[in-house]
Amino acid sequence: MSSVPVHGVDNTHENPTHRAPLVLNHDDFGSVTRDILKVNESPKPPKSWYLSLAISFGMMSMLGVMIGYLVFTGVGVWGNNNPVAWGYPIVNFVFWVGIGHAGTLISAILFLFRQKWRTAINRFAEAMTIFAVICAGTFPGIHIGRTWLAYWLFPIPNQMDMWPQFRSPLLWDVFAVGTYFTVSLLFWYLGMVPDLATMRDRVTHPIKQLAYGIFSLGWRGSMRHWHRYERAYLLLAALATPLVLSVHSVVSFDFAVSQLPGWHTTIFPPYFVAGAIFSGFAMVMTLAIPARELWGLKDFITMRHLENMCKIILLTGSMVGYAYSMEFFIAWYSGEIYESFTFINRAFGPYGWAYWIMVSCNVITPQIFWFKKARNSIAVMFVASLLVNVGMWFERFVIVVTSLANDFLPSSWGVYEPTYVDVLTFIGSFGLFMTLFLLFIRYLPVLAIAELKAVMPEADPHGHDHDEEESHE
Amino acid sequence: MSQQRFTFPQWTNLALPAMAIVGATAPLYVAIVVAYGFSPDTLDVGHMPEQPIPFSHKLHAGELGIDCRYCHNTVEYTQHAAIPPTETCMNCHAQIHPQSEKLEPLFESYETGMPIEWVRVHDLPQYAYFNHSAHVNRGVSCVECHGRVDTMEVVYQHETLSMGWCLSCHRNPEPHVRDPKLITQLEWGIDMSEEDRKIEGEHWLDVNHLNPSQDCSTCHR
Repeated sequence: MSSVPVHGVDNTHENPTHRAPLVLNHDDFGSVTRDILKVNESPKPPKSWYLSLAISFGMMSMLGVMIGYLVFTGVGVWGNNNPVAWGYPIVNFVFWVGIGHAGTLISAILFLFRQKWRTAINRFAEAMTIFAVICAGTFPGIHIGRTWLAYWLFPIPNQMDMWPQFRSPLLWDVFAVGTYFTVSLLFWYLGMVPDLATMRDRVTHPIKQLAYGIFSLGWRGSMRHWHRYERAYLLLAALATPLVLSVHSVVSFDFAVSQLPGWHTTIFPPYFVAGAIFSGFAMVMTLAIPARELWGLKDFITMRHLENMCKIILLTGSMVGYAYSMEFFIAWYSGEIYESFTFINRAFGPYGWAYWIMVSCNVITPQIFWFKKARNSIAVMFVASLLVNVGMWFERFVIVVTSLANDFLPSSWGVYEPTYVDVLTFIGSFGLFMTLFLLFIRYLPVLAIAELKAVMPEADPHGHDHDEEESHE
Repeated sequence: MSQQRFTFPQWTNLALPAMAIVGATAPLYVAIVVAYGFSPDTLDVGHMPEQPIPFSHKLHAGELGIDCRYCHNTVEYTQHAAIPPTETCMNCHAQIHPQSEKLEPLFESYETGMPIEWVRVHDLPQYAYFNHSAHVNRGVSCVECHGRVDTMEVVYQHETLSMGWCLSCHRNPEPHVRDPKLITQLEWGIDMSEEDRKIEGEHWLDVNHLNPSQDCSTCHR
């Protein structure tokens, strides 16, 4: 017993006889509630919150201006043109959808696998998912050109007798992302109900009482409520699990179903899913590290949580690296001249710089997490997660642009250059994302309070007896 | 007592069934409003603008039996079915009702040389390419798109002219084609049974080798 510091700060040790604590420095439930809701209940959020909200809001406004300019002028304001008709909007779409992936993985798959450390990060990973999918959805919506006809994406009976092309993965994408968003939102909200009820019972302002009261759906925490809640949560987790695989598989079909060299490969679905989880975890880390510093959540998002995320980033980063090398192998092994050319062109052609940014950020950077020292260093983690975000954006850039710019016929080759509108729209989407996230941090329970309490030893009615017995020996 | 503050009054229990009812009926309501309210059947059919001269197609084309092509004389040769110039009217009206008050704008136009500003009734969007000659020369009668103009006191839009409506004929042309010689006989075939009309249509499809296209680029060029 004495060798394991239950209430110590270092919980990254591996001792098979003792579960490492996931909540530090707290041995009663009340203090957990108080410390987490501090984020929402402090009368004034820290200055840095205002500052970041102001910056994010400014960036979001820029996004609005850019979209307005685009709608009133036309897609010519972008760099998209023949042969690269997709360009930034689709790169950004895939980038944001990928980021949205960690949310369901954490909330559904890690839940079904009983990975208890997920409880500290699932709430804001799910929030991140929803906000990222909102950002992702923006891009196809504005990429279609005539934005006011965006409803043509959906199969709605109309006077034109015209339907979307059901054989096109672009339509499957609409369904996949739509389903993903709906299920993620339901999952997020359902998991939040008990915590919203906690907030309802603690807030004093009548409008807040009303708002939290409505959204907590009359939750009283009765045994029957908990029973139904746990059942519903489990069912939703089971429903959401296939989505982790399906969404980015379908996104990869956008490429793989076409016949362009560099796109038309069977490795795309698993490769995209691994990449999506990779980028999603990197984004969770990028958000978690400042959030836990800023709001004093270090007792809940502990080093152990961050270390686990590092391990997943290492794993998925290596899978992505394997996919990169396998693409090259197949390009050579198939003997297909177009395929071989595409990959040599990717690495050493006009966009070679983007390819090498991608490889160094996505494959080389995560390898540092083989070392425990790196997995326990906040600075290393933060920098690595940022680099992974950069690398994953470049991965999508490389895939979209290089294959389109140089396809079969040299006569139809071209060079893609984004315009300032492309770049500012992309930066603006971060503003949208961060604005939503900052509002979430302030007004909703940022961690799953009820779930966190359940992973504390105090939640186990027999845990104490066990300790007693042990100490008697 | 402190717990009381958070308790919603009893009537809020009604919120749930109310939300369920609204949630169930609102999409239905929206669907019906969109399907019927925004449909071209509602918005476009029956469009009957007031014309500068109360010209009666019923009198001219119906009772007097003037052929459509006497006035709309380009319909067999060009995309556009011409609106007749003042001079066409004056061929007769120089002699008939030369003092009529109703025809005042006509005489004024004839003297000044400024055309009469007829108001367009059938207006296709500019991104839809439509060619009159391609249709009438293949045996699609005026009546298929414009209705019984020979019975209209004031001309109005009889069909939706929507894309789905165009396609309905391009996909199923049999009931809509006839002998190209009879295109301006608007009353032709109305006493036929549906089967006979279809057989007649099939015959002319065969004779004229008609195969209506459904490609996007047929109309959107």
